[in-house]
Amino acid sequence: MSIAEADRPEGKEYKQIGRRIKRPDGVDKVTGRARYGADLNLPGMLHGATLRSPHAHAVLVSIDTSKAEALTGVKAVVTRDDFEEQPDEMAAAGELPVNYMHVVRNVMAREKVLYDGHPVAAVAATSMTIARKALKLIEVKYEVLPHVIEPDEAMKDDAPILDETLFTDGVDPKPTKPSNVSKIVKIKKGDVEAGFGQAEVIVERTYHTKPVHQGYIEPQACVASYSEDGSGELWVTTQGPFMYRSFTARLCGMDVSKLKVTPSEMGGGFGGKNNVYGEPVAMVLSRKSNRPVKMVMDRGEVFRATGPTSGGHMTVKLGATKDGRITAAKADLAFQAGAFPGAPVGPATMTAFACYDLENVLATGYDVISNRPKVAAYRAPGAQVIAFAVESAMDELAKKLEIEPIDLRMKNAAKEGTRAAYGPVFGPIGMVETLQAIKDHPNYNVPLGPNQGRGVASGFWFNIGGETSVTMNLNEDGTVALLVGNPDIGGSRASMSMMAAEELGIEAEDVRVSIADTGSLGFNFLSAGSRTTFAVGKTTIEAAREVITEMKARAAKIWDIPEDAVVWENGQARPASTNAGEFEPLSIVEIAKKASTTGGPISGHVQTNVTGAGPSLATEAVDVEVDPETGQVKILRVTVAQDAGKAIHPSYVEGQFQGAAAQGIGWALNEEYIYDKDGRLENPNFLDYRIPVASDLPMIDTVIVEVPNPNHPYGVRGIGETSIVPVMAAVNNAIENAIGVRMENLPMSPPKVLKAIEENS
Amino acid sequence: MAKYHITAEINGDEVEYLCEPEQTLLDVLRDELNYTGTKEGCGSGDCGACTVMMNGRHVCSCLVMGVEANGAKIETVEGMADGEKLHPLQEKFIEHAALQCGICTPGILVASKALLERNPDPTETEVRYWLAGNLCRCTGYDKIIRAVMDAAAEMRGN
Repeated sequence: MSIAEADRPEGKEYKQIGRRIKRPDGVDKVTGRARYGADLNLPGMLHGATLRSPHAHAVLVSIDTSKAEALTGVKAVVTRDDFEEQPDEMAAAGELPVNYMHVVRNVMAREKVLYDGHPVAAVAATSMTIARKALKLIEVKYEVLPHVIEPDEAMKDDAPILDETLFTDGVDPKPTKPSNVSKIVKIKKGDVEAGFGQAEVIVERTYHTKPVHQGYIEPQACVASYSEDGSGELWVTTQGPFMYRSFTARLCGMDVSKLKVTPSEMGGGFGGKNNVYGEPVAMVLSRKSNRPVKMVMDRGEVFRATGPTSGGHMTVKLGATKDGRITAAKADLAFQAGAFPGAPVGPATMTAFACYDLENVLATGYDVISNRPKVAAYRAPGAQVIAFAVESAMDELAKKLEIEPIDLRMKNAAKEGTRAAYGPVFGPIGMVETLQAIKDHPNYNVPLGPNQGRGVASGFWFNIGGETSVTMNLNEDGTVALLVGNPDIGGSRASMSMMAAEELGIEAEDVRVSIADTGSLGFNFLSAGSRTTFAVGKTTIEAAREVITEMKARAAKIWDIPEDAVVWENGQARPASTNAGEFEPLSIVEIAKKASTTGGPISGHVQTNVTGAGPSLATEAVDVEVDPETGQVKILRVTVAQDAGKAIHPSYVEGQFQGAAAQGIGWALNEEYIYDKDGRLENPNFLDYRIPVASDLPMIDTVIVEVPNPNHPYGVRGIGETSIVPVMAAVNNAIENAIGVRMENLPMSPPKVLKAIEENS
Repeated sequence: MAKYHITAEINGDEVEYLCEPEQTLLDVLRDELNYTGTKEGCGSGDCGACTVMMNGRHVCSCLVMGVEANGAKIETVEGMADGEKLHPLQEKFIEHAALQCGICTPGILVASKALLERNPDPTETEVRYWLAGNLCRCTGYDKIIRAVMDAAAEMRGN
């Protein structure tokens, strides 16, 4: 069965959708019962620990592990020699595909170490104390090389080259010299030069952002257990158990069928748990020791060696006629990829101007490697970085044109039928609606005091569908067991149970959702790209419809009438057409009870590659107060209006908006990776890398805009990512409104803001 | 390796354990005694995920050595509910959707309980500053603050 068009017209009454049910995993999570990555202990389990490079860039000359191996209690030691070389082959991993050749080198350094924190060796021992002692006994000889941290320096001709085999992709003719620029991508529509020729007003400015970390509170953690028969099990905190299975199996030389991955509860990911780090290492340690091995990162390791998102160096130029029609938009952006290629320059160039209906667009992206940890996805990867520049430029343009910033955006807003510069023609999208929602919000009209300012910005994210497999079983008492393959990041068990119940005509509380291990379902793509509620939800609805079809068949059998003479309404089978009223309706409970005598268990199983994700747009308003003495920025009000398509569980939609806004405020004001002159990370802890705390923030107001996505039965889009996209620019625009100076560099920390105030006075 | 023999009261039960001198109370709770409800987010006292009550004060258990707990009274998230009856804070966290991933939740619940025992009628600002040592990366704190305020109101009998 396929669901092509929205078959719930607007105005249709829902019974489950829109409820604020208690999440099914709520009690486990408030009592400490829920088990996360580090919460599993197995009999005979060893503790793994990783030796990491103290250098930003060095040849790995030799590794002597003999003294560590001789230490009592040490059961296995692994180095680069325990991992087979991998081919130059790309693999999907959320928004940012990765190359196996690089994954194996990121998991364990081979020829060179490429960043402070790069793994060099790992041990498994009977206690963590012994494992730590063993690390100190490993003798590593490095030949330290010059390093480079910032992408603008890495792009210079005389920069230290990280990878002699890397030639810039996307340049014709193919370069003859290796480069730190792994690729150049372009998104082009119309003719920007002609567009700037028509412009009466032009703004152009260069902006910088710093790498920031996803900052999930739960560090990476896993328990790997390899059996003598060549099979293995992996318990792990991950956004994608099936992806972790493919990567771990590949790096450990195992058949996929021999590896079962069980996802734990996940203590935050935000894109940072799409990629393997210690998991293949733990599996090889387990294979060598014949014991289960637990690997848990400490916070320093998380900061030093797992992916932050890229910092960006960006120049944005906008041209417009005096009436506010934008005639051309151009962006040049260079993003840090970290030690291996793969910065989100694709999504950044594609989304740069996607909020607007423009004739002439050119966005050029440079993917630049440097001696930093390999970047990972982070909530709308790339889109937030470029939006800081583009939406700050929009504000500057509005000021120059003397048009209200919201009105300038309204005048140029993308709508249904707009062809985006990156290709597609949009279906219904909610840009205009989110702008209007902010304009209509009471917060937008609160009078501002001295040193206060208000800023607005918008943002776009594609959302994705992807491979999805679910099984729904009707239990013998008429309750329902739903098996899905995507870890519950923020309430998806609740939303799946509600969508299943809506279809079946029962209560959401009667549907129990379990997260499958990789042995129990077909392949499921990551919980990423805001895909879970959309894609897993759509597949769940299809599975429910399969169950309904089967239940109708069972009722037809009981009544001895044709199957097409049975309808399903309100959780009951009823005879229809000529048989209407002939038989008493059969409830789901009665059909379940009779299942054994009418043909056996009843289930629905759907596996599909879901398409038709609907982009989600957001507009946000931020009010700030700037302390003229210190440059400190206080956030007074935040209002997030985002298009959800349809909110299944409104509380968890609001929660995504609020959490994304808070992350964006941290990015705007505090968060950054700071390196010393030797390329060592100076702030790998939550004291010096300061994420927002409760006393930094006000309540965060939300407006759920609902412009239905025609490709989901209830109109669902994805909502997990877009709301971080506008935040940094909205804060910047508010600061400009307060102090009269436009900031160009993130984070807008007190010293920078103070300097801007002083230079302006 | 010499281990110390420690006796402590945990959630009302007398518990004995052997602990290495370098093990923290958090290590002991999680790795030796299987009280895995208490979480480790940083190991440096910056995130509050490991918050427990020790002799009536809320502490980061990663900053307390296991041997220091000798004779102490420890309360963890596992001891918050009264049998089947959840503590009002636990109820309100579920009702207000005050958790997403849930990893910070045990620490925030224990810290919030400590607040309400001292100050049954806190202002929003007081709740925000009291919880400033407990990091949450998912929620933006909005629903957490509302849940704590609502639990306080319920516990006051409003």
